[in-house]
Amino acid sequence: MSYIQGETGDWEIVIGLEVHAQVISNAKLFSGAATAFGAEPNSQVSFVDAAFPGMLPVINEHCIEQAVRTGLGLKAQINLHSVFDRKNYFYADLPQGYQISQYLQPIVGKGEIVLDLPDGSSRTVGVTRLHLEQDAGKSLHDQHPAKTYIDLNRSGVALMEIVSEPDMRTAEEAGAYVRKLRSILRYLGTCDGNMEEGSMRCDVNVSVRKPGAPFGTRCEIKNVNSIRFVMQAIEYEARRQIEIIEEGGKIDQETRLWDTTKFVTRSMRSKEEAHDYRYFPDPDLLPLELDPAWVEDIKRTLPELPDDKKARFISEYKLSPYDANVLVSEKARADFFEAVAKGRDPKLAANWVTGELFGYLNKAGKEIEESPVSAENLGGLIDLIADNTISGRIAKEVFEAMFETGEKPADIVEKKGLRQVTDTGAIESSIDAVLAANADKVAEFRSGKDKLFGFFVGQVMKATQGKANPALVNEILMTKLKG
Amino acid sequence: MSLDKATVAKIAHLARIKVPDDELDHLAGELSQILTFVEQLGEVDTQDVPPMTSVAAQTLRRRKDEVTDGGYRDAVLSNGPETAEGFYVVPKVVE
Repeated sequence: MSYIQGETGDWEIVIGLEVHAQVISNAKLFSGAATAFGAEPNSQVSFVDAAFPGMLPVINEHCIEQAVRTGLGLKAQINLHSVFDRKNYFYADLPQGYQISQYLQPIVGKGEIVLDLPDGSSRTVGVTRLHLEQDAGKSLHDQHPAKTYIDLNRSGVALMEIVSEPDMRTAEEAGAYVRKLRSILRYLGTCDGNMEEGSMRCDVNVSVRKPGAPFGTRCEIKNVNSIRFVMQAIEYEARRQIEIIEEGGKIDQETRLWDTTKFVTRSMRSKEEAHDYRYFPDPDLLPLELDPAWVEDIKRTLPELPDDKKARFISEYKLSPYDANVLVSEKARADFFEAVAKGRDPKLAANWVTGELFGYLNKAGKEIEESPVSAENLGGLIDLIADNTISGRIAKEVFEAMFETGEKPADIVEKKGLRQVTDTGAIESSIDAVLAANADKVAEFRSGKDKLFGFFVGQVMKATQGKANPALVNEILMTKLKG
Repeated sequence: MSLDKATVAKIAHLARIKVPDDELDHLAGELSQILTFVEQLGEVDTQDVPPMTSVAAQTLRRRKDEVTDGGYRDAVLSNGPETAEGFYVVPKVVE
């Protein structure tokens, strides 16, 4: 357990997360309007989404399927009977005056998420529930000094609200939770996980307590839109609460927001009344009944998910949990690795993919899908190392050229004349030349200065522009020096 | 069930309906009467009766995931008291 040190001793942070994940669908949850991001304002709005009188909601069956698929991916209970409720509140971007949501009877019940922590260990966090609800419209406050502009394109888009148990104890765990949830949603194809575009947003519940004490009063930090901000907000908020309590004050349960320029949380509603959403079943919608056979059908189409893939990579390819984590976090990465590893040394394949390739991609700001080096060509490079055409060191040079040009490794090796020298005669003559030029060092070596061996290897490699086969160089050099 | 003045004032606020103080007593009486009328339903024993969600035996209608609506911004905005550049315009609501 990692505690925060306060004036009066150790404190434990208790964190629960509510993640709003936008469902991937063509049309909205209860209307036939489009969901595409970035459209002209109010161009993807039906009369249902704008809450014109008499308009009735009709549920999108694909959104139901996506919620069930997500529930199955979280190993959660699927509720065959669930109910839509109205959550009543007034806001300018909520034209109905209520949000259609699910309250007492959500579509998905208890599940779990396994966190992969930076030290390679794992920890299971409970998922309380997942429910379907409508998104609200978007308010733009910066277009006019005294007015707010409203765009209803997002109004009515399907969201999955995924609520965790208050099981996390550090900002790192909360970060790992969001990362893992995002990875699972992307594998399932139910949410694109794009936090910048707002298709995944986080509400963070934070409280502090003395280790072993009952839960403290929590504050909710709304609408945090990056994993880094989630972690920063938790660190700040925990310290703020500890300071208040240690100075004899008490925590007010309230909604706060993370100020991304000042790096503080601040109270959102100064005179906030206790939330009174007056939930009641939406009379426009019958309960949602699912056929168990239909749920089973969906279950059969689930892809191999990150946890299973990780376990398989460890057992099948003998990868370390760390490498396996890095590779399975995105399905495209895992697929790339498997294409490279097929019929080759998997450990070597993992090293090249997570080392050189990810390093270069990262530097270039590219995703794996945009990699100039194809899996086939990286595999080809590894083959050239395996059959002694090039050394591992030369391979890095070839890789750099592959990344720049996208050319095949064999072509680059030919063009640049990088083929490894395995002709013992040629290597011997290089060694002879080096030994002759460094007669003093040869004498030192023979009188016991073993460390000089590395110097000779270096000189020979330099003389052959790195193309000499290192194993042969070592062998012949040793024989000649000892002789 | 009878409502007191404070509860009626709270309900009015939640519904964003402006009710002058001198009407609260009268409204409390009316609302209490409605509640008392509805409370008669409580006399029926519904212990083992599942909640009825529809008078006709039907299930929730579903739509296909196809874009069939929207794309008529002018019609949508035509009822807005104030609009600009394709947006609804409202008094500033940010804090």
